[in-house]
Amino acid sequence: MKIISVIKQVPDAEARIRATPDGIDLEGATFVIDGMDEYGVEQALRIRESGEDAEIIALALGPKRFEEAIRTALAMGADRAIHLETDEALDPISQAKVLAGIIKEESPDLVFVGGKEADWDSAALGPAVAEALGWPHSDWTTALELSGTEAKVTHDSDDGNETLTLPLPAVFTTQQGLNEPRYPTLPNIMKAKRKELKKLSLEDVGGASAKTQVLKQEIQTKARLNKVVEGDAAEAAKELARLLHEEAKAI
Amino acid sequence: MVLFVAEHSNGNLRKSALELATAAKALASQLGGDAVGVVLGTNVSGVAEELAGYVQKVVTLEDTALAEVRAEPYAAAVTSLAQESGAKAVLVSASRSGLSYSPRVAVRLDAPLLEDVTSLEVQDGQVIATRFSYLSRVTETVKALATPVVISVKPNIFPVAESGAGGSVETKSASISEQDERVKIGEKAAAKQGRVALEEASIIVTGGRGVGGPEGFDTMVEPLADTLNAGVGSTRAVVDAGWRPYAEQVGQTGKTVAPDVYVALGVSGAVQHLSGMNRSKLIVAVNKDPDAPIFKVADYGIVGDVNTVVPAFKEAVQSLD
Repeated sequence: MKIISVIKQVPDAEARIRATPDGIDLEGATFVIDGMDEYGVEQALRIRESGEDAEIIALALGPKRFEEAIRTALAMGADRAIHLETDEALDPISQAKVLAGIIKEESPDLVFVGGKEADWDSAALGPAVAEALGWPHSDWTTALELSGTEAKVTHDSDDGNETLTLPLPAVFTTQQGLNEPRYPTLPNIMKAKRKELKKLSLEDVGGASAKTQVLKQEIQTKARLNKVVEGDAAEAAKELARLLHEEAKAI
Repeated sequence: MVLFVAEHSNGNLRKSALELATAAKALASQLGGDAVGVVLGTNVSGVAEELAGYVQKVVTLEDTALAEVRAEPYAAAVTSLAQESGAKAVLVSASRSGLSYSPRVAVRLDAPLLEDVTSLEVQDGQVIATRFSYLSRVTETVKALATPVVISVKPNIFPVAESGAGGSVETKSASISEQDERVKIGEKAAAKQGRVALEEASIIVTGGRGVGGPEGFDTMVEPLADTLNAGVGSTRAVVDAGWRPYAEQVGQTGKTVAPDVYVALGVSGAVQHLSGMNRSKLIVAVNKDPDAPIFKVADYGIVGDVNTVVPAFKEAVQSLD
């Protein structure tokens, strides 16, 4: 069995980001493997540990600094990695097509993608990769069971959750609840340095062009009233209700 | 012409469908042509008639393959209609299902995707949208570089359309293959009946670790939510502790919401949680710790014990005229 886990590197959630006229400045930010993608890597590892003879590949598309996140995936236990190195700003749809090309060549049984990417705030990559591959997908997967040529999953739906049965090969987008990602151990971090990290360029895979263009990025923190309502519980509660009703006209 | 997919549930249009109608009509007036509402499913004539009250043209695509919401059949149906009609834009709500099948439509149409947008306009024939990024900390302006464009629209941003259109309904057949039906749905677990879905809620009451335990939700969070006709949210801490289901989680690894009012009870205000709700129009916080980060983003706050404040607040709300 072969499993591919698509990962990306994003600024840490607490990272200070600044907006300049030319866009977001990430200078000085710490970068990490996207937490959502970690669930995918972890799930692949658990499938192997449950007895499947699985080769696990980490796949990433992004600039050179993504190497650190790729090494994290290798340190968690992925066997090898493929890094399509590019500084091009590509939207999820354009990225999906390029990734699908590489995935098709590897011919895996399962592909994991983080449910939502923390820099684009986008949930599109997984479904788009599935469509580009011509495969089914399950998004926001919280449970996964393999049975022969099928996968049975639980995933979030509009009104709650539901179980799905999908024929393999398939794409699964991952989120909290699917598993608890492991911390790489020191021996595994050392091992990861010697694991294969294959580099590809956009040229190697036939090029790609963005379908959208970011024109402007602004940090907008909404000005808040920061009004603390005084008094004991009963008084403050009553005053709060009054303020929301009369001043804010919110209730 | 602009297509928009109107979501419905239990025979009624969802609120998001009416917001989408507003967005679609405005976009159509700038791109040229009509806004056409699309209703997918089975036995949807009632929903279609309801939609015709808001937009001049409605198209229904009825097929057993569409009886339940699934990504591939929906993508297939919407794609074929978009191609057949030569639509310049296809709009869906950025609901779980909308976010699931719209990227598939974009790939099928080889079209740009503008995802989870908060505003739309047209300049020189090109569609430009605003949306959030970097965990909702940044507002970005994005241009689609080709048409048609597939657009998912963030719920609770656009106003609901006004009724009075007196439109007409046309039925078409959907072009769905056997392969599109390969994913089967099994059991469904719905959120508590009567409880409004988080992404559609105008008011959300969220409980954090400060409510003390699952009983805190029963005695404080849910009763207040009932009084306010609100959705119920949870923080990651609460879900990790097993008090509440993932479906309620608001934050980086949960849902992103932007309701009119967000009431945070016993919520400390970690960055990961804030990223899921910092776009709420009004934020109210109750926490016994005056230094809790939540107060930095709150419009109104009470420093106090949720156990005494919340019941009193619920009563005070009920006493309002």
